[in-house]
Amino acid sequence: MNLSLLAWAAVTLLLITNIGLLIGRDWRWNLGLLAGQYLAMFMLLAQYWPLGLAAVKLVTGWMSAATLGITRLGLNEEADSAENAWPQGRLFRLFASFVVIVLALAVAPVFEQMIPGIGRAVVLGGLSLFGIGLLLLGTASALLRVTIGLLTLMAGFELLYSTVEASILLTGLLALVNLGLALTGSYLMNAAKESGE
Amino acid sequence: MSAPFLWILLPLFISGFLLFLRAERTILILGLATSILLTVLALIVPINEALLIGPFSFKLEGSLSIFGRSLTFAKADGSLLALNYGLATVWFLGAEPLGLTRRLVPAGLATLALLIASTAVQPFLYAALLIEVAILLAVPMLLPLNQPPGRGLKLFLIYQTLAMPFILFAGWILAGVESSPGDAALTTQATAMLAVGFAFLLGTFPLYVWIPALMEEVHTYPASFLLWILPQTTLFFLMNFINRYIFLRVSPDLFELLRAMGLVMIVTAGLWAAFQTNLGRMFGYFIAAETGLLLTALSLGTSTGVQAAFLQLIPRGLTILIWALCLSLLRAQVDTPRFSQIQGAMRIVPFAVSGLVLAGLTVAGFPLLAEFPSRLLIMEELASTSLEQLLALLVGILGLLAGTIRTLAVSVMAPPESPWESRESRVQAVFILSGAIALLLLGLFPQAMHPLVENLSLLYEHIGQ
Repeated sequence: MNLSLLAWAAVTLLLITNIGLLIGRDWRWNLGLLAGQYLAMFMLLAQYWPLGLAAVKLVTGWMSAATLGITRLGLNEEADSAENAWPQGRLFRLFASFVVIVLALAVAPVFEQMIPGIGRAVVLGGLSLFGIGLLLLGTASALLRVTIGLLTLMAGFELLYSTVEASILLTGLLALVNLGLALTGSYLMNAAKESGE
Repeated sequence: MSAPFLWILLPLFISGFLLFLRAERTILILGLATSILLTVLALIVPINEALLIGPFSFKLEGSLSIFGRSLTFAKADGSLLALNYGLATVWFLGAEPLGLTRRLVPAGLATLALLIASTAVQPFLYAALLIEVAILLAVPMLLPLNQPPGRGLKLFLIYQTLAMPFILFAGWILAGVESSPGDAALTTQATAMLAVGFAFLLGTFPLYVWIPALMEEVHTYPASFLLWILPQTTLFFLMNFINRYIFLRVSPDLFELLRAMGLVMIVTAGLWAAFQTNLGRMFGYFIAAETGLLLTALSLGTSTGVQAAFLQLIPRGLTILIWALCLSLLRAQVDTPRFSQIQGAMRIVPFAVSGLVLAGLTVAGFPLLAEFPSRLLIMEELASTSLEQLLALLVGILGLLAGTIRTLAVSVMAPPESPWESRESRVQAVFILSGAIALLLLGLFPQAMHPLVENLSLLYEHIGQ
């Protein structure tokens, strides 16, 4: 398959998963979308990095999603009902996600100039992930969504940064940070459960 | 053997081992033995230099290579290692009377080792990642499993994580600046990214909202441990940047920005502290003001400024420790450390209240107390550059003083018939008293800290030249 086509297919998948993460309420869907996001990220990264190194991101991402999923399974169904952050309207979130994508499109040429050799697809994917991650952090109060927001934000950064540095130690440390974020999120969800909140 | 193995990997292994132990006493003894041993070794074993012991010659290598990158200590790092592990020993010791050994010692040792690794890693940009890992490791130390996480902890996690991307990107841009130093746009981008990253990491105004919130939500002692070591390490990380890149060192804009950030932190934190009625939150503002003072000292851009920052390190660590211990003891007696609840506390926890007041006065730079010499240096330098800035600093300090005096006034406000009945144990009283004496001695004999200041200055010799 044409590499450029594959890249744009990955970006499309990224955007779908991102928008889904922002408007979705069901945690099962959210974790599925998070896993899909890492698959799209892998597809994009595989164009720049050796397949083995790119697979690290995929495996780490899926492990993070699995960690959160296993923890969430142990909580009751109402655990996310604490989500009372404003605004909650799906239409508004959809609109906000489009604003982020438009902003990413507008800023993409600047990044392309800053980082020579970076493709438009990677810039758009990275920036939209970063933006949607920020949006998630700004609108979420439930721990699972906050953790997903942090992981999404990190994924956006990693996508952009991967084009400028591809060292094994950096990849390892970033994988450690991702897993650490998922484990911390799980720990905090369990703490909330144990305290009966 | 190498120095990074000894001061980074070994404590990491030991902290992992301590997690599996159940007996608090064993954890305490092993934790203390590790930190004391590492302090003593840092004081007596020179890094990268042959040491002759009788007929034997021994050399501690300064560098350890990992996946093509390295952890490197220079000879002058010995002082910093001794300072960190030495103060950590006192923190671990203070955890025992509070029943926090199991929570603080293993996680504290690991966090400390990782933060020390962040000062040694080459290229130093990787420090951002190590700091993030340390922060994630510290979360179980801050919050036990039976307590719900609050807003402060979430904000702490979010803000610290947000810092990393900005700093890593700034580092990448800075590498570009090195190859084309005349590119003004690139320089501006790098400085802006760096400023945003460090604003998140250090918790500058208004991003320090999580500090008082965290101090209110979680146990004071472990949170204070983190707030002692984290801003200090971040400051060294920032100094690494300034020391490494010449265009940052000679940029008056950067130092102006740092000074503005520092002074705004001191003024706002001082004013909030003056009107605060919750001692936990007030302590948070005091810590924010301390960070502001470190930034202001660094922003002077002179060797005196750097010395003032280093001169603050030991007193800052001791002050935060005493405040944390005293507030924890006070909290054990009341539901919440609000002014309405602590009225007359002087009669039930006299040592803790006295310690709190003394620590507050020390942060405010009261004469004859440990932080006075560094405050005096900062004020002298500021007075020679801008009287307005000096005035701003004084406003902040006045706020801190007002907060301390209000604390004293409320805690002695007891009905005349209520009896004096100290509920502190002898160990707790001795601990606070020793800390108070140390604060006084460091204020009276600041020259005792001179070797540390001199050694640390060697690490950042380009700043202030």
